[in-house]
Amino acid sequence: MGQIKLNKVTKSFGDVAVIPPLDLTIEDGEFTVFVGPSGCGKSTLLRLIAGLEDVSSGHVEIDGVDATDVPPAKRGLAMVFQSYALYPHMSVRKNIAFPMKMAGVTADEQNRRISAAAEALNLTDYLDRRPGQLSGGQRQRVAIGRAIVREPGAFLFDEPLSNLDAALRVGMRLEISELHERLKTTMIYVTHDQVEAMTMADKIVVLRAGLIEQVGSPLELYHTPCNEFVAGFIGSPRMNLIKGAEAAKHNAATIGIRPEHTAVSMTEGLWKGVVGVAEHLGSDTFLHVHGVPGCDPMTVRVDGELPVRHGDTIWMTPQADKLHRFDAEGLRID
Amino acid sequence: MATQHSRSAARIMMAPAVILLLGWMLVPLTMTLYFSFKRYLPLRGGDLGWVGFENYIRFISSSSFWPSVMTTLTIVGGVLAITVVLGVFLALLLNQPMWGRGFVRILVIAPFFVMPTVSALVWKNMFMDPNYGLLAHLWEFFGATPVEWLSQASLTSIVMIVSWQWLPFATLILLTAIQSLDSEQLEAAEMDGAPATKRFAYITLPHLGRAITVVILIQTIFLLSIFAEIFVTTGGAFGTKTLTYLIFQRVLESQNVGLGSAGGVYAIILANIVAIFLMRIVGKNLDT
Ligand SMILES: Nc1ncnc2c1ncn2[C@@H]1O[C@H](COP(=O)(O)OP(=O)(O)OP(=O)(O)O)[C@@H](O)[C@H]1O
Ligand SMILES: [Mg+2]
Repeated sequence: MGQIKLNKVTKSFGDVAVIPPLDLTIEDGEFTVFVGPSGCGKSTLLRLIAGLEDVSSGHVEIDGVDATDVPPAKRGLAMVFQSYALYPHMSVRKNIAFPMKMAGVTADEQNRRISAAAEALNLTDYLDRRPGQLSGGQRQRVAIGRAIVREPGAFLFDEPLSNLDAALRVGMRLEISELHERLKTTMIYVTHDQVEAMTMADKIVVLRAGLIEQVGSPLELYHTPCNEFVAGFIGSPRMNLIKGAEAAKHNAATIGIRPEHTAVSMTEGLWKGVVGVAEHLGSDTFLHVHGVPGCDPMTVRVDGELPVRHGDTIWMTPQADKLHRFDAEGLRID
Repeated sequence: MATQHSRSAARIMMAPAVILLLGWMLVPLTMTLYFSFKRYLPLRGGDLGWVGFENYIRFISSSSFWPSVMTTLTIVGGVLAITVVLGVFLALLLNQPMWGRGFVRILVIAPFFVMPTVSALVWKNMFMDPNYGLLAHLWEFFGATPVEWLSQASLTSIVMIVSWQWLPFATLILLTAIQSLDSEQLEAAEMDGAPATKRFAYITLPHLGRAITVVILIQTIFLLSIFAEIFVTTGGAFGTKTLTYLIFQRVLESQNVGLGSAGGVYAIILANIVAIFLMRIVGKNLDT
């Protein structure tokens, strides 16, 4: 229950085409993440699936049935909004009960599901509070609770963690992943944060200006990005993209090498550069190196113990088998 | 900001305004109380000395007193009901995207700028006149006998006129409240399976609670003392004599300042009773 298929879906607001024709299939039980820069149409795509926006053309199929004209409530999907969209004048209990009340679930069954959801989400002590009296993380869990009790065919999350602080984000990330393991329900998750995308997804959909750039598992995208955009977008810190003479040596317009795939030496190597900013994270240090032709600055990862400082001269050698090559159009060359 | 020094400075600077307002309130109040215990007939001997509670007893035992209280409450209640219900409806309507919305909004707000005296006269002569009023023509068009609004349905007519004046105010306040509703809440409710009517009942209406409270409280203050609309339409006849109008008659028509002042004190008491009731019923919406 929860296969979602987009068939030549487009969306325009007035004259502005936000989504050009787009095909995508999300299999039942899959955790799919939409990533892409701000304004690329992630939320719009999610809202099209939810039915909150009408498609301009094309079809949305849910479980093989055309759902293009089905109203949101009948699609059997649950959405968690970025602003949580809790009902401020209702207690947490009533918030969670609301979809069941609308569906006419019996009171006993409502209570059973509320207790189960509250248990799973650590909300038991807060059931009688108003949303205004909860912390951001608790509100987020209420929003998820409200989605769970409907037992939907799929969950849609629109940047659910972007309002939380970093520590809470990591915690909620794990909780959502665990929830997915437990429920095995299809989840579609929109995020800016490529760490969230990499850690949570079964499948990542990289979008740019409404177009799908690449679809694949996190490691596929990491190891074989199909173009420069995906290469630069997936991975943190970003991949170094080198143009010019260095790239020409490899018969490419651009070559890419990830910061973690470069060996650093104080004495010898392929490229020479001067260390600018050194970001010490403890376990690792990221060096921003200036002076490499075609790529300024170049980022490299070195061991946290390596004694390098601002102004030091270092030598770098890329691992040959980890080099990515792209042609003039930015497409991958294999 | 809130240091000891800045607070005392603030107090000193606010003092003139506070004292002025206090005086503005206290002087008339004290004078009303003072005259209410006197026999004071400006054209028939002036100040005739203290009479204790005689004025109070005479005012309340007059046959016009209780009907006037009822009339006041009926007008206040009727106008509140009409303006709040229609106000919510109009606000919902004006919030819909439609062609010429800005212009329609101005039209809706316009009646508020018409002076009460003028609007009552317009209603009386242009709409409600049984011979040449627009409503009379409408009735005749459908073959019915025109209603003599201001004598046959006098209280209803007054409620209509006053509602027409106050509807823009209610609509405006409720419209701004509706605009502040987070659209994601409505979308969430839509996804949760709530049809439009239930979205209104469970999301929009609770959100409007505070604005409705404000509308009710502010309108009550003004409606308790409406005068011009009655003065220019029925002149207090046909059961439209409110407490305010009764006081006016006692002071100016009977030239009895003492009796009128006692009525003024009753009006204060009535206003307070209404205020306590309202705060009990809707005041909790203002918390949180
Ligand atoms: N109601 C609307 N009317 C007109 N244009 C819109 C509307 N909603 C979105 N857009 C446009 O559509 C594009 C995609 O918007 P969308 O909200 O889907 O972006 P997004 O990928 O979710 O961005 P973000 O990561 O910042 O949330 C944007 O350029 C936006 O300006
Ligand atoms: Mg978005």
